[in-house]
Amino acid sequence: MVAPAFDYVAAGSYEEAVRLLAENGDEAKVLAGGQSLMPMLNLRLAHPELLIDINPADQRPPTLDNEMLRLPALTRHRVLLEHDLVRQHCPLLAEAVRHVGNVRVRNRGTIAGSLAHADPTSEIGCCALATGARVVVRGPAGNGQSERTVPASELFAGYWSTTLDPAEIITDVLIPAARPRQGWSFQEMVRRTSDFAIVAVGVIFNLAERSGAPASATVALAGVADRVVLADPELLNDDPDESAARIAETLDPPDDVHASGAYRRRLARVLTARALREASARAAV
Amino acid sequence: MSKRQVVLGVNGRDHEVWITPSDTLLDVLHDELGLADVRYGCGEGVCGTCTVLLDGEPVNGCLTLAVQAAGHQVTTLRGLMGLGEAMHPLQECFLRRGASQCGFCTPGMILTALDLVHRTGRPTREEIRYALVGNLCRCTGYTKILDAVEEYADQAAGS
Repeated sequence: MVAPAFDYVAAGSYEEAVRLLAENGDEAKVLAGGQSLMPMLNLRLAHPELLIDINPADQRPPTLDNEMLRLPALTRHRVLLEHDLVRQHCPLLAEAVRHVGNVRVRNRGTIAGSLAHADPTSEIGCCALATGARVVVRGPAGNGQSERTVPASELFAGYWSTTLDPAEIITDVLIPAARPRQGWSFQEMVRRTSDFAIVAVGVIFNLAERSGAPASATVALAGVADRVVLADPELLNDDPDESAARIAETLDPPDDVHASGAYRRRLARVLTARALREASARAAV
Repeated sequence: MSKRQVVLGVNGRDHEVWITPSDTLLDVLHDELGLADVRYGCGEGVCGTCTVLLDGEPVNGCLTLAVQAAGHQVTTLRGLMGLGEAMHPLQECFLRRGASQCGFCTPGMILTALDLVHRTGRPTREEIRYALVGNLCRCTGYTKILDAVEEYADQAAGS
């Protein structure tokens, strides 16, 4: 099919993009990598009157500052996959991005575009939750603009929707750098490589720095609800199988054309147990 | 939605074209510039038949707006061919190995594989599979495509 007609404007800065968004309200959509928005337009699932292209707004590379990985909004998936800072300080994300789309999608797709799209099967959203990422958001404030920081755990509102104000734009993603004695694992089930996840699980596992005893674990799941979700840490104990079973019991995944809810719940249990094992083994090295 | 004129650099030549903002790069390359080697398949970025190189990197022609390509260099399969339509060595490998049957997927396959070989030198068979996962072929069963890419990578590494 062919996209409905829309107008286009290139924004030279995030400030300009926010101003254009505020002026045009619901009729405008932000265009970043376009690997989710453009298919929705081509399938006529969205009918914006104006696309605000933020590609000219930002050329910054990833940086590390005070044990915090700063990924500018337009960081392409390929950069997440290949950049030394990401591979070293957020190996979970570098691995998860291998499962996103194909070469062409990874060349254009962006980290903030993926988060703002808020797909419930998103690998990147899953990693944002598991790592305790935060997003820096710019929006209108009074006569000017202001920035605020939103934890990933408060970003997702449901199918393809976020808690952000319609005129707000994500400008940066902040991810705490991996610590010593930290392990990670990403597990995903798909029918064909590059498909949307049926279920994906991301785990970050911390051992206590002195004693080496299990200290904390964070489990995030994709494909099990109307958004990516964090498992309740209270459900975790020292036994990966028991923890995974308790997490799966709390889930009520939807049926759809790709898989039944019961199958998804089973996958959540199996993949969570695998991920906890792998992450704890990596932490112990 | 008024039309605007942009200059697109395609296969080493500048083209002045009138486009509407919602025209995709695929629309303009295929319909306006008559490049039959860039093809509409799925419109979702899944099938790879509209693959072009944007500043040397494979992208989906169906998911890139033509206006976004202004000021960048676009390369289609035809841009790889020499004077008098001399075939690119990877095309020769596809022919020799029987890696092209109906030919609809071939331009996208070749552009994607070429990017892989340029970046990695001599990719493993598994790496070729991974890179080509977004290029669907309904004829060959893929095996001969993998053979062709391996042969080309060997050649390129040897020369």
